[in-house]
Amino acid sequence: MSFPWAEEYKPKSGFTQWIDERLPLPRLVYGAIGAGYPVPRNLNYFWNFGVLAGVALTIQIVTGIVLAMHYAANAGIAFDSVEHIMRDVNSGWMLRYMHMNGASFFFIVVYIHMFRGLYYGSYKAPREMVWLLGVVIFLLMMATAFMGYVLPWGQMSFWGAQVITGFFSAIPIVGEPIRQLLLGGFAPDNAALNRFFSLHYLLPFVIAGVIILHIWALHIPGSNNPTGVEVKSESDTVPFHPYYTAKDGFGLGVFLIAFVIMAFFLPNFMGHPDNYIPANPLSTPAHIVPEWYFLPFYAILKAFTGNFLWIDAKLWGVIAMFGSILILFFLPWLDNSPVRSAKYRPTYRMFFWVLIVDVLILGWLGQAHPSNWTILASQICTAYYFAHFLIIVPILSRIETTLPMPNSITEAVLSGEADEAHPVGVSATNPAHPEPAKA
Amino acid sequence: MVRFFGIIVGLGFVSALIFSIIGSLPFEAAEHSAVEEFHQEPRSLALASDGAFGKFDRQQLQRGLQVYSEVCSACHSLRLVSFRDIAALGYNEGQVKAFAAAQEVPSIDPDTGEPATRPGLPKDYFPSPYPNDVAARAANNNALPPDLSLITKAREGGAPYIYSLLTGYRKVPANLPEENRPGTGLHYNPYFANLNLAMAPPLTSEGQVTYGPGNPKPTVDQMAKDVSAFLVWTAEPKLENRLAVGWGALGFLLIFTVLTYLSYRQIWAGKKEH
Repeated sequence: MSFPWAEEYKPKSGFTQWIDERLPLPRLVYGAIGAGYPVPRNLNYFWNFGVLAGVALTIQIVTGIVLAMHYAANAGIAFDSVEHIMRDVNSGWMLRYMHMNGASFFFIVVYIHMFRGLYYGSYKAPREMVWLLGVVIFLLMMATAFMGYVLPWGQMSFWGAQVITGFFSAIPIVGEPIRQLLLGGFAPDNAALNRFFSLHYLLPFVIAGVIILHIWALHIPGSNNPTGVEVKSESDTVPFHPYYTAKDGFGLGVFLIAFVIMAFFLPNFMGHPDNYIPANPLSTPAHIVPEWYFLPFYAILKAFTGNFLWIDAKLWGVIAMFGSILILFFLPWLDNSPVRSAKYRPTYRMFFWVLIVDVLILGWLGQAHPSNWTILASQICTAYYFAHFLIIVPILSRIETTLPMPNSITEAVLSGEADEAHPVGVSATNPAHPEPAKA
Repeated sequence: MVRFFGIIVGLGFVSALIFSIIGSLPFEAAEHSAVEEFHQEPRSLALASDGAFGKFDRQQLQRGLQVYSEVCSACHSLRLVSFRDIAALGYNEGQVKAFAAAQEVPSIDPDTGEPATRPGLPKDYFPSPYPNDVAARAANNNALPPDLSLITKAREGGAPYIYSLLTGYRKVPANLPEENRPGTGLHYNPYFANLNLAMAPPLTSEGQVTYGPGNPKPTVDQMAKDVSAFLVWTAEPKLENRLAVGWGALGFLLIFTVLTYLSYRQIWAGKKEH
């Protein structure tokens, strides 16, 4: 698609030629994920996670469609219909546990995919649109996951819906009407459950659509790579198929092994026991927590305890929680360092790892019983989160001394600098590309 | 421009947080909680169904069903389990039918349309001891006995917690503060979250349930273990299938992953020869 040396699709038989002349779908696939898409040759295993996210979405859609055949979106029987799936539907327990754990794995994979982008500067020009669409997908995923968690209509489902829709009521004047509009009532009930089910079924297909745009936008400049140096010649790339289909196939195997271990041997490890208690509007759980993948944002929400600048603490928390994701939309312009990869940005790299630790601590704090110290810790960690993206990264991009970069991907590979050292010798035996001198 | 506004917004968030921190100083000393001091973590309980190779001990599940039927079912329902399900505990069709027929389930009198009861059929679910929650509360000092179908999955600590709770009733410690002492109709149990449980000790004496020949002595400890094992089954009846399918899938995936790894190495190695 993107480079002049990309292999062109040639129909192999009269039949495929007939198809190609009428609907060049095989040509599209060939150019997008086949031999016709040249990819940097030095991608490491972190580049598997895009494909894995697609697989995770597919697992969710396939299991979800079958679950929807047995699930009843009615506040009176939703809980029992899930137990009916677990007990009476053939292999229903498997579908349900796969769907439940599949959501967690989707988030694990997407978080690694996002941090990969942060580390290697994949959000920078000319890939801003890829990043922006990715943030849109992430927001859609969060909405879908939240609404999906409400469907079993257990205690955490109900009270999670109550708390999360309650965020909107922090907005002055229009907040409460918005909340009632979302719920279709004054509190989560049948109307809320039905619309959440409807949207939970709809949004994954919207996500699939945005993924197509995400991949389309990616294929204009082509994939980034661990050096962050643009592709310059054919020796920098290998065709996607078979090189990366093979590598992704192996990555997929490892991913599925981890998934099977959780879904079949520890299916409730990432869940909350309270969600096996039917929803009861009259009994508030002692400790309402969201699913693990929302915990860092939950900690940010709770970190704001003081009214400041005529904005009360609750609204600060809500603004900060949404803001913590929305600032990602501005990241390509907040960071204008010309160097992409953190490999050549030693100071940025240090702050990147601080951010990782910071987010992990926020995740832990999100579920911790609140005490003076956990609140203080979440305030400090939240301050770092915002300072990282809004203060440190913009300043750093101006003042950081970066390391010398290789002239090309091929040079990095041959000097053993790249994370992925093979295929070695694409040009070592090729006199046109002599062993490059160290930069 | 974006960076300039970014820094302003960033300073705004950081200031709000610093303001929050200053506002909460000085920290008040954390209140010393007697509940934390007296509360105990569940005792360990080893069941045949534990772990990746777990299998139900059907003999134990049958004993557990017996304990449930003769003791727990006086107050607790088991509404997600049907009589036909107990075939999985090793009962044959005739035994399931006989077990069902011995229970009275709610019905409608075919002649008058009035509420009535009839002997259970295998398709029927375990009947609730009370017609509704209000009646259940009225009979239990305003405490609602929870349904037990999912109890081992619906409580932190699972089966060991249930076992600990059943065997965990103790004399009220002399040094327990007044506000944490059990009120009327409550019973001191250090395994319960707030130490005071509305349920009276259900298993009180050896031989409360008579086990058939070939079974262990029905001590309180044994009965508590058996009914906990039974409640693991009611909460997760497909546990054995799940583990079996899990091992099958894992075996398949190990072979799949080794093959994809080898083909990956081979494909990339081929690149060297160019």
